[in-house]
Amino acid sequence: MSNSNPTTIESPWARRALIGVGFLFLALFLFLPLVMVFAGALAKGWSVFFETLVDPDALAAIRLTLLVAAISVPINAVFGVAASWAIAKFDFRGKSLLISLIDLPFSVSPVVSGLIFVLLFGAQGWLGPWLTEHGMRIIFAVPGIVLATVFVTFPFVARELIPLMAEQGRDDEEAARSLGANGWQIFWHVTLPNIRWGLLYGVLLCNARAMGEFGAVSVVSGHIRGLTNTMPLHVEILYNEYDFVGAFAVASLLASLALVTLGVKTVLEWRFGIHRAGAAH
Amino acid sequence: MRAPFPAMMAALMIGTVGLSGCSGGGNGKGSVELLNVSYDPTRELYKDVNAAFAKDYQAKTGKTVSFRMSHGGSGKQSRSVIDGLSADVVTLALAYDIDAIAERAKLLPANWQSRLPDNSAPYTSTIVFLVHKGNPKGIRDWADLVKPGVQVITPSPKTSGGARWNFLAAWAYGKKAGGSDAAAQKYVADLYAHVPVLDSGARGATTTFVERGLGDVLIAWENEALLSEKELGAGKFDIVVPSISILAEPPVAVVDANAKAHGTEQVATEYLKFLYTPQGQEIAARNFYRPRDLAVLAKHAATFPKLDMVTIQDFGGWAAAQKRFFADGGVFDAIYGGQAKRR
Amino acid sequence: MLRTKRRSALPGFGLTMGMTIFWLGLVVLVPLSALVIRAAGMGWEGFAEVGLSPRALAAYRLSFGAALAAAAINAVFGLLIAWILVRYEFPGKKLIDAAVDLPFALPTAVAGIALVSLYSENGWVGSLLAPLGIKVAYTPLGVTIALVFIGLPFIVRSVQPVLADLGRDVEEAAATLGASRVQTFGRVILPAIAPALLTGFALAFARGVGEYGSIIFIAGNMPFKSEIAPLLIITQLEQFDYNGATAIACVMLVLSFAMLLFVNLLQAWRAKRGTR
Repeated sequence: MSNSNPTTIESPWARRALIGVGFLFLALFLFLPLVMVFAGALAKGWSVFFETLVDPDALAAIRLTLLVAAISVPINAVFGVAASWAIAKFDFRGKSLLISLIDLPFSVSPVVSGLIFVLLFGAQGWLGPWLTEHGMRIIFAVPGIVLATVFVTFPFVARELIPLMAEQGRDDEEAARSLGANGWQIFWHVTLPNIRWGLLYGVLLCNARAMGEFGAVSVVSGHIRGLTNTMPLHVEILYNEYDFVGAFAVASLLASLALVTLGVKTVLEWRFGIHRAGAAH
Repeated sequence: MRAPFPAMMAALMIGTVGLSGCSGGGNGKGSVELLNVSYDPTRELYKDVNAAFAKDYQAKTGKTVSFRMSHGGSGKQSRSVIDGLSADVVTLALAYDIDAIAERAKLLPANWQSRLPDNSAPYTSTIVFLVHKGNPKGIRDWADLVKPGVQVITPSPKTSGGARWNFLAAWAYGKKAGGSDAAAQKYVADLYAHVPVLDSGARGATTTFVERGLGDVLIAWENEALLSEKELGAGKFDIVVPSISILAEPPVAVVDANAKAHGTEQVATEYLKFLYTPQGQEIAARNFYRPRDLAVLAKHAATFPKLDMVTIQDFGGWAAAQKRFFADGGVFDAIYGGQAKRR
Repeated sequence: MLRTKRRSALPGFGLTMGMTIFWLGLVVLVPLSALVIRAAGMGWEGFAEVGLSPRALAAYRLSFGAALAAAAINAVFGLLIAWILVRYEFPGKKLIDAAVDLPFALPTAVAGIALVSLYSENGWVGSLLAPLGIKVAYTPLGVTIALVFIGLPFIVRSVQPVLADLGRDVEEAAATLGASRVQTFGRVILPAIAPALLTGFALAFARGVGEYGSIIFIAGNMPFKSEIAPLLIITQLEQFDYNGATAIACVMLVLSFAMLLFVNLLQAWRAKRGTR
């Protein structure tokens, strides 16, 4: 980056102007909202902030959010690895179609993401009567929240790994194959070490989104306090109770989780110098 | 792929339920749990009611009862119950939303409203105005809302139950002042031309007015206005009671099919009846809902001034009002369609 | 349809492809088909009455228009941010690089509440803009701002790696031939990163079209003016009209899918051209 060739570098003032504009843009659109959240959370001091977080309903929401993320993220990680192996290591027709289908949850409105599970599993839905008969509950319970979260975060890991694995090609794997390794051995000893940081990056983003999802989960949750409220829903409830400090306190906890996630990612990148191309969508 | 589909879901479900450790509607020997699915502004009310009833029930029967609450927009809550949210009781903003549960999911009989006194509405409210302290725009009645330069905050009746009461109260004024439906429609159209933001719910509208400082007057439930005046922005707002308004009757009902499945029919019924007792009425009044009990109402006469009120029956009941005013292609859509064309 | 063209010596295609199709079907396609079948069940006329009503069309215009505008704004500033992150050294660079992903991670409702607190007339930024006659909250401009927030990482993260890989030799050659810096950027750099920029643009656009949580707080929800398409879905549900809701959802789904397919085909075409 420290190429000082005068023909390919802008004048110092142009550089400063560009950095300045970039900073201003980020300040307006990224940092101010974040500062807003923390300022709101601490508007009445630290004690009120902590009181909100140790409220039993808040704790239940935190537990549920972590549980949902703990189930849906591994599911999507396994899927993402399998999908990118099939897509990146083999050639077949309809690949663009398949990738587009995997991308689809990115573009489906969160409202619709929730609605489709109501249409399937709701009491008036396709499988609703069968479920009621067998005494099983999916929506307005944890499984529905997990399903909606899995749907919304479906593409993250796969989208992260496909370009990375496509770029790495299959030479390493084919070499291992010619030396007599079986499929699992190839995956375990050759592919996984190559993609592990990309995989981690995808998992972290997937996890962040899983914990933060609001729209889809709101439709299938039923909003039962202390039972089916996730953290983002709890934020909404507090906000609607005019408890703005509480709402921002829980929100700031979520934002902190996001920042920790990003911090972990940055440390790993710095420590292991991940090839950034893997991060492309 | 067809065959393993339910099996996979079942496995996923059993796993997650097992992990989360609990599922609703507990029905142990000495204790019961009730799920009350309610609308937005009742949070404070039912917090108090639940505590009082639990104490009362324990004293009378020796059994403990605990509560799960779910709050949200009235229509959304109704839909959730239809789609399988297993509420033991519903306490919603308008009878239309409970009618929908009876009609679409058949979880309670169509005549549910006659099972409890006073149309199954143990407390009522009405629609009033909240204005900034000192009433700088001089708002006295509905006519002042359509004066030039006045901005009115009210949520969208398409998505908010409370906003439908607002709309009908405005209509009642327009009809009384102008003498005809055409005059009423013209008044209401004028009124909505003064609305800069249509929030999706009543609480969102209150936040817009109180926190964002948008608008000169908020059309609101009386209980919400009193709450805002007394607790949210003490000393920042005044309440204006218009010359005519509507009697808002938020109904309550036991969802028979769910309560039967949970074995909570009796306690659920007792719970709703408790709302009609002097103690329940007192709690309602202290949470700014107008009690039905005249003695309790008289005690709180300073909080609840008398005013001229129409009822939903004057509009032919909810089904008719919904179809005429708020359904797709109804009067409300015509107002906004008209506005769009004028632009 | 899914048939291997050139034999790969690697094992596991059947297993992984099977898993992919199975999970894709289970989690994405079966639920989405419920939507499509429901909408198909209402017949063309009923579908068009709700899904293509003037009000719905106005809402699509806003949702797609604001998403387009936000993606365009992000294309410019996202490119700029990617550029300074790749080419320059300055204090706080690591922090900014990390913070770019924040909109992925922050719950949309929180983003919406924070943005409306900032941009409403008594907010930190809104109070500065109000004297200038600029109203942000409760207008289409507010919707666009929320979508800029949501879409930024897609552009930056698409462009960044390509920009990093871009060799300096071509730029140097252009400079020796007498091209100015601006000419070099327009004729050499931009064409090279255009496909990546387009991908990011499309993903940000697709994400913006369906966004609900962050917008609902900042949009005014006025019919024909500041009402977004996902809100219309909610409105239909409020009338217990599930079919109407699915009709609008289907229109949005088809448009978004067409967009994604177009971009992915473009990517495949680019990759193919690149290997030749």
